[in-house]
Amino acid sequence: MTLEVADLQVHYRTLKGDVRALDGVSFSLADGEIVGLAGESGCGKTTLGKSLIRLDGRMRHVGGTAVLDGDELPIGDDKAMNARRWKEVSIIPQYSMSALNPTRKIGKMIAELLRARGKSYREFKDELVRRLELVGLTEKVLDNYPIELSGGMKQRVVMVLSTLLDPSLLIADEVTSALDVTNQRAVAETLVRFRDMGFVKSMIVVTHDLSLVYQIADTIMVMYAGRIVEKAPAETIIKSPKHPYTRALIGALPEVGLEYGDERLQSIPGKPPHLLNPPTGCRFRARCPLASEECEAEPPTVTVEAGHEVSCWKAN
Amino acid sequence: MGRYFRRKLLIYGLTFVIAVSINFAVPRLMPGDPVARMLTRNSVANVESSEAMRGYFNELFGLDVPLWQQYFNYWGALFRGDLGVSVFAFPSPVATVVADALPYTLALLLPSILLSWFVGNALGAMAARNKLLDNGALPIGYVLTAVPYMWLAILLAWVGGIILGWFPVAGGYSFALTPAFTWTFIVDLVHHWFLPFLSLFVVALGGWAIGMRNLVIYELESDYSNYLQALGAPNRLVRRYAFRNAVLPQITGLALQLGVVVGGALVTEVVFAYPGLGSLLLNAISSQDFFLLQGILLFIVIGVLVFNFLADVVYVLVDPRTRLGLEGGQS
Repeated sequence: MTLEVADLQVHYRTLKGDVRALDGVSFSLADGEIVGLAGESGCGKTTLGKSLIRLDGRMRHVGGTAVLDGDELPIGDDKAMNARRWKEVSIIPQYSMSALNPTRKIGKMIAELLRARGKSYREFKDELVRRLELVGLTEKVLDNYPIELSGGMKQRVVMVLSTLLDPSLLIADEVTSALDVTNQRAVAETLVRFRDMGFVKSMIVVTHDLSLVYQIADTIMVMYAGRIVEKAPAETIIKSPKHPYTRALIGALPEVGLEYGDERLQSIPGKPPHLLNPPTGCRFRARCPLASEECEAEPPTVTVEAGHEVSCWKAN
Repeated sequence: MGRYFRRKLLIYGLTFVIAVSINFAVPRLMPGDPVARMLTRNSVANVESSEAMRGYFNELFGLDVPLWQQYFNYWGALFRGDLGVSVFAFPSPVATVVADALPYTLALLLPSILLSWFVGNALGAMAARNKLLDNGALPIGYVLTAVPYMWLAILLAWVGGIILGWFPVAGGYSFALTPAFTWTFIVDLVHHWFLPFLSLFVVALGGWAIGMRNLVIYELESDYSNYLQALGAPNRLVRRYAFRNAVLPQITGLALQLGVVVGGALVTEVVFAYPGLGSLLLNAISSQDFFLLQGILLFIVIGVLVFNFLADVVYVLVDPRTRLGLEGGQS
């Protein structure tokens, strides 16, 4: 068991009060597992990813634990987390295009970063070059400034840099969002390759693109309003989703090979609830076609079959 | 890069020619006649001798030829290093008058600008990550920047010179002394120099600190800072990067400031009766001294151009992004 998250609660402090971006999230991640984390904007996916590596200034760890390789991550303690970052937990951020210092040569920046973490650049140089070549770059990029690379190249440099110390857990946060479709495909395949080659043990791929994550993930978790509503093997989520929200999400995807003609793709009516004051009971019920009275109570988490968990009254 | 600098040099050269031409034209477009002024000063009542003197002065100043010829003569003299004769300090040549005032201005402005830049940047960078300093010291910076400079200078002169009596309030050195390379004179020079220096230093300090604070905060919030921190980079490294990138616009600001150095700090020099280029400029204008005015403006033009060029060079050296743009690199 690589990662075990239990009842994680992370709030954003705002002037109006705490926004409960993560409100009791529990899941576990096995060695070598790639889990896709999907959901609408504002459902807490990125917050979950960030919580496991670095809370930003407005985020506050309210409760719950995350245990990585048998060792609890000190989520709320920025200083104590530092020792774990990059070596054990690492991230490929949303903003790979601007993640590198624009006024430093890439090689020099990596060297300085390694040295600041008490590592020797010379020791890692060969491995670094090998991995750069693996993603189709040459040693020459180390001598370039970030501005001299294309967006896709920068993304690949960041992917190599983030995984250089072979972390246990890698969070890939919307890594494909800024790329064109061919590059998306390449990046997704690279992530799988990194896992297969043992550069990372397990991976959380945060995305709103279900069709992409379906191709690479072993498991998919669907988040809604700060909670995980359904978790199942990727195949199951797509083929036989149980939660009405998951169904709606999948219903909104176009399918290759189908003619839609005048038919419109289904969108999900309404908006996700505001998390400053989340509704009680099932949070999806305002938009749910199946909602009934019992949904006003907190839905149970039902295990439909091994590895398939749904938080819904109507799951059975 | 060579092509870039050649082009820059060409632009600067062109600017120089235009500036010098304007410099030639402006005093001549001013109302008033410097020769008439000289004549009144010498109170020549006799019409005949007055005419003779007018002719003499016109020839001396080269005003007896048509304007276009004056213009070319002006350029020719310029290349011989001849800036003409001052009307105000007749018969000293302009070059000497300017050269006498220049050291005072440079000694006053260079240290105050450079020091306030260094101290202000350091203060601003510290304030960017220290709440106490940010809330305590920066408001003072805002006040200092907002205060009218004249008022502050007079206040300093009043407190330091009159109330405390620690410093003299006027002059570049004591009138009892003659300039010489002796300890007494140097100490006296520094003594007179301190208050005007302090006033300039203090006023510029706040502006640099505020600018730097905002720039550093911006850099610390930027994506690359966040990414470094997510990879567990110690604060030291993140701050070093942020500082280095934040200082880039400040370099441009410094170059612009240094460019006007030779113009002198007019108000400072007036308030403290300091014998620099600023007070000289004022005198030149009030006595319609074409040639002195031209000479001083020429120095200002050269100063601005040289320092701007230096800024261009430094910027290209420290910021790879500008370099790429010049080489036609793609983003």
